[in-house]
Amino acid sequence: MKLTSQEIEHIAKLARLELTEKEKTMYAEQLSVVLDYIEVLNEVDTEGVEETCQVTGLEDVVREDVVEDCSKEARGKIISQFPSAHGNLLKVKAVFDNTDSTDL
Amino acid sequence: MNINELTIKQAYDGLKKGDFSSVELTKACLARIKKRNKDINAFITVTEDLALEEAQIADEMIANKKQKMLTGIPFSVKDAIDVADVRSTASAKILDNYVPSFDATVISNIRKQGAVLVGKTNCDAFGHGASNENSMYGPVRNPYDLDRVAGGSSGGSAASVADHMCIFSIGEDTGGSIRQPASLCGIAGLRPSYGRNSRYGIMPMASSLDTVGPMAKTVEDIAILEEVMAGRDEKDATTVDNEVPEYSKQLTANSKQKLKIGIPKEYFDLEGMDEETKTIVENKINEIAKLPNCQIVEVSLPYTKYAIPVYYIVVPSEDSSNLGRIDGVRYGVQAQADNLYDVYARSRAQGLPEEVKRRIMIGTYALSAGYYDAYYRKAQKVRTLIRQDFERVFEEVDLLITPTSPFPAFKIGEKKDDVLAMYLADVFVAPASVAGLPAVSVPVGNTKSGLPVGLQIIGKRLDEEHVLQLGHTIERL
Repeated sequence: MKLTSQEIEHIAKLARLELTEKEKTMYAEQLSVVLDYIEVLNEVDTEGVEETCQVTGLEDVVREDVVEDCSKEARGKIISQFPSAHGNLLKVKAVFDNTDSTDL
Repeated sequence: MNINELTIKQAYDGLKKGDFSSVELTKACLARIKKRNKDINAFITVTEDLALEEAQIADEMIANKKQKMLTGIPFSVKDAIDVADVRSTASAKILDNYVPSFDATVISNIRKQGAVLVGKTNCDAFGHGASNENSMYGPVRNPYDLDRVAGGSSGGSAASVADHMCIFSIGEDTGGSIRQPASLCGIAGLRPSYGRNSRYGIMPMASSLDTVGPMAKTVEDIAILEEVMAGRDEKDATTVDNEVPEYSKQLTANSKQKLKIGIPKEYFDLEGMDEETKTIVENKINEIAKLPNCQIVEVSLPYTKYAIPVYYIVVPSEDSSNLGRIDGVRYGVQAQADNLYDVYARSRAQGLPEEVKRRIMIGTYALSAGYYDAYYRKAQKVRTLIRQDFERVFEEVDLLITPTSPFPAFKIGEKKDDVLAMYLADVFVAPASVAGLPAVSVPVGNTKSGLPVGLQIIGKRLDEEHVLQLGHTIERL
């Protein structure tokens, strides 16, 4: 199955990946190869077979919702990792922006 | 013999008797790193000052008779595992400056014993690969032949142990990332049962498959480590609270117990398998067959060939979702851009290597509207059939023996441009991963050109005990 460059661009947009023209061509080819390879699963009869979503058999693992203290030191370490900060706040570009190219 | 060549067991004894100090042992490892890392590229970060500080503390513990099994023993950690205050890049430039504020639970367990961290090891970025060529910090070279790969994704961990730059290492295994590099570098490595070891602080890849486990020179050392690493953790809801056996004491405890061992024929008639590898593993099986307590029978796991296609749907799908958080916003390297979308897209474009992007693309496609049933759901159903294959043979046998890898270490660059050929490197390690079973790789010999070959033992779910017992028996043959 061959993916079109439009499909590749759509997937890249969903995945938040900026791709070069060269990468688009390369991934179109490679994704097709991988998807063709995966087709082999269609020869397996899975009628009535349940999905394996997990293997531990554990169900509804819950715990008390308790607030734990975060030391000033730990807090400082986390804040120091922010690529962009305003005081102790994480600074990000505007989320709602009419010129945003995220409209899909 | 230099002291950095010792096993955990031997180093423990030496430290206890006062033959050498932890500072001396640590300096021996650091000297080896200085000498060899420029060629092998096993380490991304070497924590020399921290190591010497920790070694001094360990020596005090030993002097005060507070020595535990791992006190004063130098180790390395795969760079996709969080260690407090030490740069953890996952071998991707987007995390080039990332410094976690906490230890992963398994690392915390090990450090509580007084083990000494010498550095963070190179890997395929975010664990994506079987050759360590997908690192943005350059490939790891195999200590046995510098023109060849160390395997992956935990290639730096395997090479650091094989080349005696540390005594043991902690790696991750999603599809085979501990066992395959262990096999290619001639060391032992355990993928524990899914849910056995806490993954808190492990950078997630495919959450329904990811495990974290020990890599060391012997199975005996693996047992010592797994005992410290295993157990329920409130911070990882997928961990089970089954009791953790004293694996190291159990290694020889029931040596007369009868073991029925299955040899799955599908693992020996693979097209393209290296003949020498096959012969070395078969010769070892013949030796095991002569042991009075071991009975060998041939078994069949007909769904084996579907494990890789299942793996390459499930993993990229879960990957694409997990790696959504790696966007350069809260930590890591942020690219310059005018709007939020471009910040995400450009940070990821610049900071992630080709294979990571490829998997994100495959996974995003497989999970996108209209394709979920055809890909992810279908793969999860076939996964059930693979699990049932194992359940059926484990009614008949206690353990399975297979080769770990279909071939020894290959040349750097040899498979890099052939995506499918690279994926097939995991053909023998992926099935146990998909089924959530424990499996260990044990070194069993070398090819004529001197490359190591490993044998894999797969056990029943949560039966690490017998897997390690047989592994220990094999390493003493």
